[in-house]
Amino acid sequence: MEASQFKSDQYVRFCPGCGDHAICMALQKAMAQIGIPTHEVAVISGIGCSSRMPHYLNTYGFNTIHGRAGAVATGVKTSHPELTVWQMSGDGDLLAIGGNHFIHEIRRNVDLNICLFNNRIYGLTKGQYSPTSPKGFVSKSSPFGTVERPFIPAELVMGARGTFFARTLDVDMPTTVDCMVKAKEHKGASVIECLVNCVIFNNGTHNWIADRETRADRSIILRHGEKMIFGANKDKGLALDYSQGLIPRLIVVAADDERVLTHDAHTADPTLHRMLALMGQEKFTDVANAEIQPELPIALGVIRDVEAETYDEAVRNQINAVQEKSKVKSFDELLMTLEHWDI
Amino acid sequence: MQKQNVVIRFCGDSGDGMQLTGNMFSSLSAILGEEISTLPDFPAEIRAPQGTLGGVSGFQVCLGNGVYTPGDKADVIVAMNAAALKVCTLGSKFNQAGAQYVEADSMYKKDAVIVVDTDSFTKVDLDKALYKTDNPFTELGIPESVQIVPVALTALTKESLKDSGMDNKAILKSRNMFALGVVCWLFNRPIDKAIHFLEGKFAKKPALIAPNVKVLTDGFNYGNNTALNINTINVEKAEDLAHGTYTSIAGNKATAWGLIAAAKKSGKQLFLGSYPITPATDIMQELAARKDMGVVVVQAEDEIAGVCTAVGASFAGDLACTSTSGPGLSLKSEAIGLAVMAELPLVVIDVQRGGPSTGLPTKTEQTDLLQAVYGRNGECPAVVIAASTSANCFQYAYEACKIALENMTPVILMTDTYLANGTGLWRLPKLAELPAIKPQSVPEELKGKYNPALRDENNVRYWAFPGMEGYEHRNIGLERDSQKGSISTNPENHERMVKARQAKVDQVANRIPELRVQGNADSDTLLVGWGSTEGHLHAAANELNCALAHFNYINPLPKNTAEVLRRYKKVIVCELNNGQFASLLRMKIAGVDFKQYNEIMGQPFAVERIVESIKQM
Repeated sequence: MEASQFKSDQYVRFCPGCGDHAICMALQKAMAQIGIPTHEVAVISGIGCSSRMPHYLNTYGFNTIHGRAGAVATGVKTSHPELTVWQMSGDGDLLAIGGNHFIHEIRRNVDLNICLFNNRIYGLTKGQYSPTSPKGFVSKSSPFGTVERPFIPAELVMGARGTFFARTLDVDMPTTVDCMVKAKEHKGASVIECLVNCVIFNNGTHNWIADRETRADRSIILRHGEKMIFGANKDKGLALDYSQGLIPRLIVVAADDERVLTHDAHTADPTLHRMLALMGQEKFTDVANAEIQPELPIALGVIRDVEAETYDEAVRNQINAVQEKSKVKSFDELLMTLEHWDI
Repeated sequence: MQKQNVVIRFCGDSGDGMQLTGNMFSSLSAILGEEISTLPDFPAEIRAPQGTLGGVSGFQVCLGNGVYTPGDKADVIVAMNAAALKVCTLGSKFNQAGAQYVEADSMYKKDAVIVVDTDSFTKVDLDKALYKTDNPFTELGIPESVQIVPVALTALTKESLKDSGMDNKAILKSRNMFALGVVCWLFNRPIDKAIHFLEGKFAKKPALIAPNVKVLTDGFNYGNNTALNINTINVEKAEDLAHGTYTSIAGNKATAWGLIAAAKKSGKQLFLGSYPITPATDIMQELAARKDMGVVVVQAEDEIAGVCTAVGASFAGDLACTSTSGPGLSLKSEAIGLAVMAELPLVVIDVQRGGPSTGLPTKTEQTDLLQAVYGRNGECPAVVIAASTSANCFQYAYEACKIALENMTPVILMTDTYLANGTGLWRLPKLAELPAIKPQSVPEELKGKYNPALRDENNVRYWAFPGMEGYEHRNIGLERDSQKGSISTNPENHERMVKARQAKVDQVANRIPELRVQGNADSDTLLVGWGSTEGHLHAAANELNCALAHFNYINPLPKNTAEVLRRYKKVIVCELNNGQFASLLRMKIAGVDFKQYNEIMGQPFAVERIVESIKQM
């Protein structure tokens, strides 16, 4: 299929320069690559800039209410597991007002593909801090800086026993498309944290990673089965260091060091996935840490991709199993199972 | 002694099995051809300390002929302990020091028969129930006209089961069966029918059949042989029941099964998204057990997710429902608004309880009416209907689904604790006899040209959903363009859309039955009610020889409402709230002086209280 088949007739109304444009195009490309026909795809969103996404995709779409995309999407997928269901939400929509639905759709492992557009700001309400804004962040609703600790989405996903987590940059189309395709292939709740720029209210929030000059040295794209090697010259690798007491830590070594790890996204144990996902994150949790130059690269790509029974599948299997065994096949027969008598 | 109908109340500790005993006796009576109406009355605590006043659990049933309510006051009381006797005798004043029997407060009539377990009136029992003296009957001022039947229930049950090999605890738990045996004798129930019934009841636990049958039979024989110094009671059989196959059913179960029937009839998959909340939880539990019927149930993470998963399932083409009570309805408001805006079918069941806030979770009230009609942001019309008996919860749940699917609108079905937990006789329908349900669909010629604003001549939007090729579209909670279906902030368009959504709900009035007058239609006085009070108001109207207009359709109102109400000089709106339906009628129907009779005590009406109050008005 072609990406153009997934473009709707609506004029795309994201601000010029907004990272959502790139994610929208990546979605159209990914959907074409996946090849599921448009009428078997449902895109569910909440409220916020990114939640406008369904309007630009020529599939079934539902732009619902603030925070509830996860619950609506759970209803769509559980009632009709044959559909491919995407969920579009921002950091406010998903992690603040929709936080409860977010952790529960992950816990249940509903087979959804969830794009978390993280620009660390409320854009549509014109610039308030969000649950991913660093502590001390100055915004319209925090003129003296926030006093709150932010979420690190990856940590939340794994805390909720998530089976799939990927991180990608708006400016990195190939990795974004690849993460989306892998998210679709993964059975269960797949979370893709899309680091997107808000050109109006939080311009440059991801620059430290996104900067083309330094990106290769400041980030690593993880690929299952491949060695964890990064750097403009592919000369650095990641390894585990056991020398500092009980808890091993990740370190940067030379690419040809025999200790360089091979990425296993499929291992059920989340310990290493969590360590990888948290690399360098302290820089973004507090404005006081802005000057920190993390030694470890920021992890991008599919960090965790584990198979587990999905909720929608389990619901269906249980119904089928009961129906197979049950002697009651119709409503009239069901009535006769009640204690009854003739008058 | 021959009676048209009789009220009996079983009461004891919440662990004494009073609900089971009451239900069994009611079903047995129904099988014998009597009408029944039941009222379980249990404490909010799951297990209050044994023998205390707070732990008294009651079950009242009216049986016989012409039964409309569970009855105001009992003719027969079975009191399993001293605390139960006190609560029955003093009613709501059971906590007042020095309170004595006053007929108005008491749960039984002044010529009632009270069966007591004399073994549960020891010093310890009396202390737990906060008696001040050793003579509870005098202390409570129980009148001479009341006949006390002392039975050593505990000792007799122990004797009955001494060779059963059961342990003491299990033996004590069987006391209720001995009591049931005594009551079966008192009401001349054929013991073989009772035994047969018991065997059916314990079919899945065969080990329990023999001991329970033994205790039941011994209880029956005890009454018979010792010729307890009391006349047995014969109750009339039902006269007006249509021939058919019957069961006795609780409102919540009837509601759940009404949804299943509607799904089968419409050919839609039934989806329920819900969250546990008293007194609505049974509906979710009942449906979760019906995997054989293919019901998909999501026990969601909260009330909001409950309704939102249902909205999602509706978007995907299902018959989607959510069940809740008042606090949950508050939480669901925004998502119901989404279904109104997206014009999706949705059935919301509100089993009302005492409010506001957490209020009285186990008590009944009709205080969510205006919340159901108006409690959403924006101009947000939804259909509101109400069941009026435990059994017709089936019919109105079915009707709610039919209206939702055929009119692409949320429908809120109001029931309440009284209907939900009470039981009544229900004539089993056949699916083929039920009215056809034709879910709104989309004409084939719109393939490739469809958008979600397109509607038929009744203003009902066409329904296309994922999986249908050529009807891909984007639905929204934002305002949509009335022609193109895409987002629109155009001022004239918004007004047009507000009116279209209103017109769609208003035209439902053409699809519902007209208001019918019960009782003496020629009287000057008209009682007006809605929902669960129908039985009480019907009985009151009979006693007052006046007319009754009882509403099952609240929004929109039946088309002839104004015409009917204007016919009467005195119109009295009776409801279990502070006047919500009266307010609604004042707003909608000009030229009628609506008077009000209201009770807000967390209890159903008492016919006698209504009659006395209306006489004064």
